[in-house]
Amino acid sequence: MTGVNRLDGGLIDRTKPMRFTFDGIGFTGFEGDTLASALLANDVRLMGRSFKYHRPRGPMTSGSEEPNALVALRSGARKEPNTRATTAELFAGLSATSQNRWPSLRWDAMAVNDRLSQFFAAGFYYKTFMWPAAFWEKVYEPIIRRAAGLGTLSHEPDPDSYDKGFLHCDLLVIGTGPSGLMAALTAARAGADVIIADEDFLPGGRLSAETHMIEGQSGAAWAAASVAELQALPNVRVMTRSTVIGAFDHGIYGVVERVSDHLKEPFAGKPRQILWRVYSKRAILAAGATERPIVFENNDRPGIMLASAVRAYVNRWAVTPARQVAIFTNNDDGHRTARDLAAKGVDVTAVIDTRLDAPTSADYQVIAGGVVVQTWGRLGLTQIEVRTPKGESLRIPCGALGVSGGWNPNVHLTCHQGARPVWNDTIAAFVPGNSLPPGLIPTGAADGAFSTYEALSSGQKAAHVALSDLGIPHKVSDLPEAEDAPVNITPFWHVASAKRAWVDQQNDVTAKDVQLAHQENFVSVEHLKRYTTLGMATDQGKTSNTAGLAIMADIAGKSIPEVGTTMFRPPYTPTAIGVLAGRARDEDFRPIRKTPSHVWAEEQGAVFVEVGMWLRAQWFPKPGETHWRQSVDREVLQTRKSVGICDVTTLGKIDVQGTDAAAFLNKVYCNGFAQLPVGRTRYGLMLREDAIAMDDGTAARLAEDHFVVTTTTANAVPVYRHMEFVRQCLFPDMDVQLISTTEAWAQFAVAGPKSRALLQQIIDPPFDISNDAFPFMACAEITVTGGLRARLFRISFSGELAFEIAVPTRYGDALMRRMMDVGAGFDVVAYGTEALSVMRIEKGHAAGNELNGTTTALNLGMGRMVSKKKDAIGSTLSEREGLTEGDALKLVGLKPVDPDHNVPAGAHLMTKGATVSAANDQGYVTSACFSPNLGCHIGLAYLKSGDSRMGEIIRLVSPLTGVDHDVEVVSAHFVDPKGERLRA
Amino acid sequence: MLIHHPLLGPRDASEFVYKGDAALIHRPDWQSEDAQAQFADYGYLRDNPAGPLRELWFHEQGDRSWLVVTRDTTSHEITSVELASDVARREARAT
Repeated sequence: MTGVNRLDGGLIDRTKPMRFTFDGIGFTGFEGDTLASALLANDVRLMGRSFKYHRPRGPMTSGSEEPNALVALRSGARKEPNTRATTAELFAGLSATSQNRWPSLRWDAMAVNDRLSQFFAAGFYYKTFMWPAAFWEKVYEPIIRRAAGLGTLSHEPDPDSYDKGFLHCDLLVIGTGPSGLMAALTAARAGADVIIADEDFLPGGRLSAETHMIEGQSGAAWAAASVAELQALPNVRVMTRSTVIGAFDHGIYGVVERVSDHLKEPFAGKPRQILWRVYSKRAILAAGATERPIVFENNDRPGIMLASAVRAYVNRWAVTPARQVAIFTNNDDGHRTARDLAAKGVDVTAVIDTRLDAPTSADYQVIAGGVVVQTWGRLGLTQIEVRTPKGESLRIPCGALGVSGGWNPNVHLTCHQGARPVWNDTIAAFVPGNSLPPGLIPTGAADGAFSTYEALSSGQKAAHVALSDLGIPHKVSDLPEAEDAPVNITPFWHVASAKRAWVDQQNDVTAKDVQLAHQENFVSVEHLKRYTTLGMATDQGKTSNTAGLAIMADIAGKSIPEVGTTMFRPPYTPTAIGVLAGRARDEDFRPIRKTPSHVWAEEQGAVFVEVGMWLRAQWFPKPGETHWRQSVDREVLQTRKSVGICDVTTLGKIDVQGTDAAAFLNKVYCNGFAQLPVGRTRYGLMLREDAIAMDDGTAARLAEDHFVVTTTTANAVPVYRHMEFVRQCLFPDMDVQLISTTEAWAQFAVAGPKSRALLQQIIDPPFDISNDAFPFMACAEITVTGGLRARLFRISFSGELAFEIAVPTRYGDALMRRMMDVGAGFDVVAYGTEALSVMRIEKGHAAGNELNGTTTALNLGMGRMVSKKKDAIGSTLSEREGLTEGDALKLVGLKPVDPDHNVPAGAHLMTKGATVSAANDQGYVTSACFSPNLGCHIGLAYLKSGDSRMGEIIRLVSPLTGVDHDVEVVSAHFVDPKGERLRA
Repeated sequence: MLIHHPLLGPRDASEFVYKGDAALIHRPDWQSEDAQAQFADYGYLRDNPAGPLRELWFHEQGDRSWLVVTRDTTSHEITSVELASDVARREARAT
């Protein structure tokens, strides 16, 4: 009931049994188990099928470096594929399924790939599936896509939420092994603000997996006591289940905290995971080391694991992976596993040590100088074959084989900012190089110091360095007693005679693939990786990179450091995109900005459109209207007939003040503003320094030293940024100040023949807005509705007699309601952005479509507006030859010859009779609409020498959508070309 | 990244908008003989050093000041941060 492979002891809680299922079968485990340890306890070694060859696989490790035991955890919307069973914390009701197999884990049809392995060598897709060409898209690619990958997504929306948080500290300690705990204790006791984080749910690092003693107590007990002391200190934050995923610039670290992945469901209202940005002054990398295996024939069977993983299962989880266990090692550390197994009464059938001078033992046989040359047991290891130095062949029974090829310091974070690790011959591994992320100190096993005493000592020393840097006084205290065994390793990477031996088990890369890469001249370590895909799976080669380099070094006749390593990049382990997104998803992806009349518009049933972050009323459907054209046509006709009101708050407004305000505007606009009288508004065109039109708007002079500048909605932010650049970086001595007032004022366009009459109902008596007193382009500060301050501008986007009225934002809703109220008597209509666009196209006003980042003042028909008498941004380069060619594009209007035809925006223009080709391109349509005033579709377009081709019939084509009909080139000013309505 | 604003202290780089080379401060004189050529160089030519670079950053989410930041393009180490208007005044050329 409790698992046939359970041993005594361990750090699990036998008072808390938990039921769980794997592939539909129920088992029992305990709190403190991982899914892998609980399954092994129940004699389940088979947990997955490999990527390419669908070979049966079991866990190779007991940690986050796991390549094989990837399962789908949970079901339904919370199903998470590719979860490592070795780190999945067991919880009651956990349900997991194996991946990449059909119909079942034991009977997988795709295992046929293993028989056809010679066709699936590295890079096979570059050499096969080439013929016939048509088959690639229809046959081969779909099949390969379906076969590729390991897990599958639920395809349901993620029901959980994720948060982002910010933490600040003096010292971030990465890892809660002996080195990290010692460093944290040292710094915390001195009073530093410390954060210590570990990806595991149980702090202690390797102390939880070993039988080391620290100052007379077990390493695990010492770790628990240290953690308790740290947790009790107010200046310490202990974070478990928290992976430090990356070392970013300037002491900023990313930490993913798994708040509730170990629960059936997250706590109500709490996030599932949190992405913390930790701003640290100093950091200590106590990330430990990861063991690596040896490569040999059929080294991937379920039951073949890292020796340190076997030890962890035995010591921490009280599980033996099998009744009979053998060890294959090239260093002293592998023997530790044999001793710990024997101490728990497990049968150690042999220790095969590649070194002739291997240490011997009274408790089990040691085969010195032996190598493993074969293994049996497709669904689970049963026996191995060992070749002795004398050439004998021995068959050794075992259900598990612990393999130790040495240890790799976890240097990854030291490389996140571009540094490479350096080779250390003593431990035959890469250690952190000299160029480290500023402020980061590696210690303990992460720095190549493997004994417990060295870990404690280097952790304390690193903390002292950090405390000194921080200016925090501290004393040196004694270190606890702990083992200090030296590293004894003779490098042995692979059994050269092996025919099928796995280097990267997750991506199914074999030693033969490395040889193939060399044969095809992909010898650079970067090419080796990409060509074979070694190290590119979710485990990022943590247990396979070194062997791959070693084999390549062997074949190429180089040393391992000469082959080098590829670059480690964040995240350290796979990270959910959801936690990177945080709350920015669905409607909350970005903020929503609402205009002052939004609530009123909603009451009218307006249809809204997103304009950047704004929601703007697009049209206001009336009862009985079923198509948007009915609403828009009505709004346009009624505005031009009586009066219409539109919320134009979203357009940028910038207040410009100072004695040099006019001189400043002369710099940013290509046309002149110095002579603009007080009380007048002027259209302004802003160029980029390269003379491309950037934005247009108006500038209203309210006083000698006070202008109000408008911009398009989309450019409100960039134009303000640009103006501040001009002010601060180019003309810092000008006496001028700027501030954005877009949100400070609610602004409405009131347009149409009755607009004046309507406004006279609300504008206070002292203010005369008759045509004489307030002509076209006038502006003034006024009051309305009995004393409310307002600004009035007589500008017109629609081409009608029109005004724009602004009041402080908080009165915007009230003003809209008041104007609609008094407007009832004038047949007022509310109009949205569609009608606004139709009217400005009918009038021939340029807007964003015409300012598309490639057009100049000349193209817009405003060439003469660029003043040659003054310096302005863009004016010098506007005179470049290339921009002033004879047949430059000019803005024109287009009308279809057949009134039933439309004018699709983006369509191109061809001279009649010319072949339709890019070489003959005459221009393109920028804006188009149905004009209810003309009763047909119209458009604005850029046409080569358009201003001298009025009346010409040309061809409008859109080859992709099959449009090809004639249009007439006309003036862009379709309605009221003389501007009589404007000036009424 | 952290930018130590001369007035506000260390701020996260996400509060800023990056513009580019601070050489943009040295805008040519529109009335010089070869103004067009100078403006073309000013607009289109840039050094691309693997090392310290003076850059323009705009504190859009803060005090709306433009800053000249000297940052090493290989190590990202920032060695100096000044108000751009101070730099512009100091390195003034004809307005």
